[in-house]
Amino acid sequence: MNLSPEIRQSLLQQQTRRVFLGRASQGLGAVALGSILQPRLLAESAARPRGMAGVVNPLHVAAKARRVIWLSMAGGPSHLETFDPKPKLVEMHGKPMPESFTRGKQIAQLQGQKLVCYGPQLPFRRFGKSGVELCSLFTHLGSVADEICWVRSMTSEAINHDPAHMFMNTGSQIAGRPSMGSWVTYGLGTEAENLPGFVVLTSLGRGGQNQPIAARQWAAGMLPSRYQGVHLRGKGDPVMYLGAPAGVTRERQHEVVRTINELNRQHDALVDDPEISTRIAQYEMAFQMQASVPELMDTASEPASVQALYGCKPGDGSFASNCLLARRLAERGVRFIQLYHKDWDHHGEVKQGVEFKAAEIDRACMALITDLKQRDMLKDTLIVWAGEFGRTPMSQGGSGRDHHNAGFTIWMCGGGIRPGMVYGATDELGYAAVDSPVDVHDIHATLLHQLGIEHTRLSVKFQGLDVRLTGIAGRVIRDII
Amino acid sequence: MKALTRRLAVRSVVVAILGGGSVALGATAATSTASGPAQAQAPAHIQFNRDIRPILSEHCFSCHGPDVQKMKGGLRLDLRDQALGPAKSGKKAIVPGDAAGSELVHRLDSTDPDELMPPPEAHKPLTPVQKALLQRWIAEGAEYQGHWAYQPLVRPPVPPGDAGEGSIDRFVRTHLEANGLKAAPEADRRTLARRLSLDLTGLPATPELVAAFEADAAPGAYERLVDRLLATPQYGERMAIGWLDVVRFADTIGYHSDNPRNIWPYRDYVLRSFNDNKPFDRFTREQLAGDLLPDASTESRVASGFNRLLLTTEEGGAQEKDYESRYLTDRVRAVGTVWMGQTIGCAQCHDHKFDPISTRDFYAMGAFFADVKETIIGRREDGMLVPTESQARELARRTAEARRLKERLEGSHPGLAASLERWRLERLRVLEADALWKAVAPASAESSGGAAVTIRDDRSVLVGGKTPDTDSTTVRMAGIPSGVIGLRLEVLPDPSLPSKGPGRAGNGNFVLTEVLARVVRDGAPARELAFESAWASQEQTVSAEKNPYGRWTAASVIDRDARGSFAGWAILPEAGKPSQLRLRLREPLTLASGERLEVELQQKHGHGNHTLGCFRLGVATDAAALVPPAVPMPAGGLAELIRVDPARRTPEQTAKLWAEFRAVAPELAGLRAELAAAEKARTDFEATVPRTLVTERSDKPRTVRVLPRGNWLVETGEIMEPAIPARFRPAARVASDRRLTRLDLADWLVSPENPLTARVVVNRIWRQFFGTGLSKVLDDFGAQGEPPRHPELLDWLASDFREGGWDVKRLVRLIVTSRTYRQSSVAPRELLARDPDNRELARQGRWRVEAEMVRDTALQVSGLLVPRIGGPSVRPYQPDGYWENLNFPQRGYDASTGGDQYRRGLYTWWQRSYVHPSMLAFDAATREECAAERNRSNIPQQALVLLNDPSYVEAARAFAARILREASGDDTARLSWAWRQALARDPSAAELAALRRLLEAQRAAFAQDPEAASQFTRTGKAPAPDGLDPVPWAAWTDVARALLNLHETITRS
Repeated sequence: MNLSPEIRQSLLQQQTRRVFLGRASQGLGAVALGSILQPRLLAESAARPRGMAGVVNPLHVAAKARRVIWLSMAGGPSHLETFDPKPKLVEMHGKPMPESFTRGKQIAQLQGQKLVCYGPQLPFRRFGKSGVELCSLFTHLGSVADEICWVRSMTSEAINHDPAHMFMNTGSQIAGRPSMGSWVTYGLGTEAENLPGFVVLTSLGRGGQNQPIAARQWAAGMLPSRYQGVHLRGKGDPVMYLGAPAGVTRERQHEVVRTINELNRQHDALVDDPEISTRIAQYEMAFQMQASVPELMDTASEPASVQALYGCKPGDGSFASNCLLARRLAERGVRFIQLYHKDWDHHGEVKQGVEFKAAEIDRACMALITDLKQRDMLKDTLIVWAGEFGRTPMSQGGSGRDHHNAGFTIWMCGGGIRPGMVYGATDELGYAAVDSPVDVHDIHATLLHQLGIEHTRLSVKFQGLDVRLTGIAGRVIRDII
Repeated sequence: MKALTRRLAVRSVVVAILGGGSVALGATAATSTASGPAQAQAPAHIQFNRDIRPILSEHCFSCHGPDVQKMKGGLRLDLRDQALGPAKSGKKAIVPGDAAGSELVHRLDSTDPDELMPPPEAHKPLTPVQKALLQRWIAEGAEYQGHWAYQPLVRPPVPPGDAGEGSIDRFVRTHLEANGLKAAPEADRRTLARRLSLDLTGLPATPELVAAFEADAAPGAYERLVDRLLATPQYGERMAIGWLDVVRFADTIGYHSDNPRNIWPYRDYVLRSFNDNKPFDRFTREQLAGDLLPDASTESRVASGFNRLLLTTEEGGAQEKDYESRYLTDRVRAVGTVWMGQTIGCAQCHDHKFDPISTRDFYAMGAFFADVKETIIGRREDGMLVPTESQARELARRTAEARRLKERLEGSHPGLAASLERWRLERLRVLEADALWKAVAPASAESSGGAAVTIRDDRSVLVGGKTPDTDSTTVRMAGIPSGVIGLRLEVLPDPSLPSKGPGRAGNGNFVLTEVLARVVRDGAPARELAFESAWASQEQTVSAEKNPYGRWTAASVIDRDARGSFAGWAILPEAGKPSQLRLRLREPLTLASGERLEVELQQKHGHGNHTLGCFRLGVATDAAALVPPAVPMPAGGLAELIRVDPARRTPEQTAKLWAEFRAVAPELAGLRAELAAAEKARTDFEATVPRTLVTERSDKPRTVRVLPRGNWLVETGEIMEPAIPARFRPAARVASDRRLTRLDLADWLVSPENPLTARVVVNRIWRQFFGTGLSKVLDDFGAQGEPPRHPELLDWLASDFREGGWDVKRLVRLIVTSRTYRQSSVAPRELLARDPDNRELARQGRWRVEAEMVRDTALQVSGLLVPRIGGPSVRPYQPDGYWENLNFPQRGYDASTGGDQYRRGLYTWWQRSYVHPSMLAFDAATREECAAERNRSNIPQQALVLLNDPSYVEAARAFAARILREASGDDTARLSWAWRQALARDPSAAELAALRRLLEAQRAAFAQDPEAASQFTRTGKAPAPDGLDPVPWAAWTDVARALLNLHETITRS
């Protein structure tokens, strides 16, 4: 791998810091390791600087947001049954889709078929002071509608799930580029001491269209591996290989880790290799994670009122539980938190499908916004709700809708985004974004901007190119910030 | 305190490097500072390639380079004659010898932001050092050099040296002397043995190997060890790792469902090729064009699986043109990375910004692969059979046996001639009886359910149009013969019907619930006719759970509907074929004048359109017609053959008749059974033979067009034929009329005219032995890459490699036997600070070994390793649910059992979207894109894997069992023995003390909790040796874990 000067810089800074910690570990490092067993020591050591610095230092612009919670609605939610009202499409129901809308456009499964308009299957009504029209199923989200910015003119280049997720996450349809979570962590570092800077959670609700999600969606690509997203799992060890082997207590494990680090230290004295200090620090971190991650995952410690707000039970693996975990991760300084909620791929029975999904996410999204706001964290937490694409205004099989990338809706909230506004619009049938179209690079540029990063200035050298999250495109959407 | 000072010294050096080039050694790769080896002070003489091209490429070419469409201001700086001419403004950017008169120099320091270059919005400002370099270069005459990697490869003269000094060492010594550096001393023998073993076989040296090497005092001991390791089959396994990354070998398709495909024989081909030391030019030709070689073999066809390694999709709704374009670009990028070290992928959408590759070049390169036969969207085919020698023998034996039996069956059977004639006559009688039936033309026919009814010339009735669930079809006939005693209903197939009918249900079936017949006459009441009995050629037995008869009988159509709508006549599985129903009248029928026969066919089943689609009615007057046939009615062609008089049969007809007879003759039943068994044995065996995807050539290559901006929706671009990129196209070769093939591409890649391949390959192999390439950027030999730090050495090695017959082992041997390779990796702090990446080669490097080798090390030290070479990929333990986000289909994970659980890392099942998590933690490539190089990260997940992954815990408990059983003596003796197994050296007293403290602490603790000890030592599936006390075993397992976790254990130094 061909490391750019920026990465080198980060590595060297990192190494230097670790070198320092490692060398001092008869003192401080030992405190860190011992502190897991003795909380009083932990409290004392909390005074030292936490986390890991990023390469954007100082920030390019003043930051409005310090962290991101990205809610990936995997499968491609229908904007027409959620957040984009289209009365004209009601009228056109059952009539042929005018060719002027579709000519020369990408079409997925409806290729070569007769295209017929399919009216919205669920009623809409107005919410909040802003009076935004949303599907009437989303009453909870509607109750916080004035906190949210609805972007109704979203577009994507890709129209199949796998490439579309890749495009939404990495700004490229070619596998192997860093995910936005990796970019953000690379740029800003993390404030979390004993947790990864970029965390992914997944959930699956009712319904059958469980589209696969590849681990490449949270991979670090050509960035160093430490920036990859870590998938926190609902079942088994939350982080893979987190649990000590059966029969090995925390004390016994500590004994082993202590010996490994001591032997590594002795060897370092002979060969003088900075990698060894890093290795020692990583063993400390791993050992600490063995305690900090289970503590994080223990949502049973949340007050009953909070659990009621989200409407979840500890350990139920629901999207709502993941939203609660997202808040806990945000509190602990994790920089980028991405939740996947699956089964939005409604080729058939879109009405019932959206009813299921609304029941799963409506309260949870409201709870996340409300909870963060109560804790005064909404102002610097940017929440993005987005599918990898939307769905056609045309019917598929008489009860569903096909993949669609020419226009759909996402929403953003907190982190300096203007609340209670609608940005952009699709045409009268909900086919193409016609007013202020937004593409994926624009969203990335805006997200980075809110975090204090100019998207044109966060790049790494790879195969001769300055690779950026926004490629050679992207513009900050000034109207929504 | 001393140590702390040392660390701070390291940090201050780091700061100095970051501070901007005051310590320039190794500070940057292809970067803005452009600091070559001698830039600590200003260079004595400016070299364009070393000093200037990197600046122009990084800061200027984007707008003033090879992409002429995007050229700004009419200025192009990558070609000297154009750079010296006037730009659009009329001003000259470069006036050789006159820096002050050069517009370029003026623009460097302009205070007008509109004039300043590079423009501020590019965020690529030049440093004062760079500006000074550009000025000096123009002042000194603005000489250009051709780009280093594109220069013809010429073997440079080797610097002088003594006879014992090899070529590599002479180049390196000369370089070190010029830079005031000294080579490090040779490493000790233990380190050398461990280094060689890891580098050449991927496995740590055993204590025995080290001891033997240390004891070998004879001259040439080192070379002997090298030769011994090069000759092991593990050499091929080691070399394969890098190649499998760069060609992106994996067991699954990659996109979306990420389903498996058959490809592992390609992996075995790669490691076998390294072991057989296949010349690299042949290796290249076989992979790109193994199917096109004049001497194509199974081996070369397996190699051609290279063209199938890319990511493919099965996703519904994916569009052919989209993925056709993805596959093309994927393959072009692969050739660019694997052989050319060129980032050709950039030219997919626009002419390359930095290198001489146009969009047309890109698609012309893609056209080489337009003949690769493949499904664009959907499941890959099973691929070519790849039997082992013994499998090939067995398959041939079984095939021959089946053929022998088939020939016997199909041979002549003179003894059966009389039997054949008997068989024919039986069928002839049935045909004759059938011929007694006369079809009757309906006068009218109608459907009560509103279906459209058509009477056709052959007297049949076809039903179409509306599809009612129940129907009743009424047919009226006049003019039937006198004395009718039977009524027949033929149900007939028709192409217009679902599954060809004869019914209108989706599966071609129908249910006839009741047949009523009556004589009608205008103005008179109808006279019902009664039936005596019913017979049908086929009665359905399946799906008869609710049928009161237990099957779909003929009898039920004349039971006056006594048994309801779940009784009736149906015919599965005979859909698509004719069947017939015969009804005997209770009394003979003769119509009087003015009378007609009316037949009502009731179809009251009521589910899924089980109504009649096509039928014909007939009558018989001869009692013989109603005798149920003794044998099944011969159909179609056979009926004709049966009717031919033996004396008049043509030989062809006779042969056909025999064929029909052989298939049913009772006398041949035994032979037929034998043949069937033999054929099954053959196909069953064939199913056990591995298959692999290979390249098959299509006669109709796909049309390849230039896609403007890479957009596959635009189908108006120029059509491209296969061609070598214009910049590299050999001038000597006359354009040929024939379309170029993949073989031509391969031939060019390894031709003397190609300046790239040998350099690229040698550079990549060099990295395996020094940690960094001679040019650091392995996959970009273009302007944005890095000019090599030892250019003469790289060129000498590349020429030697090419002229020496592309001999990989020779190259490897040359490298590892050099003194440069044998240097110690422990270096003085000043050197580390000056040259952290070891670009100067004044020492060896040290790095954590590859993911596969981390696993191999634990397996070998524990004694669990099963060293079998090749075969299907295997599945080490993996956390439950790791694949939960895979779908279509959902997949479980069954860890391999038996020896396959303990195979080397390179055989691990490579699931592209979810590469095994332990592998991934140690930077294994996902192999979605060609990767010339892996990260070498150092992250907490690695600690979690080594501490807690059951594979490593199991290795530790197996290692502990070895310590307890194979070592003898007291704790200290055992600890030392264990240490030697892991690290091939003795522990120091301090190391021993630390381990002993661990042993004692764990032993005391486990003694308090024997149940925990026994749980701990049961990790994994490996059988436990008898008679080990779990308490000490568990304590020793923790000692073993500590050893397997040591940085030194997973480090090559």
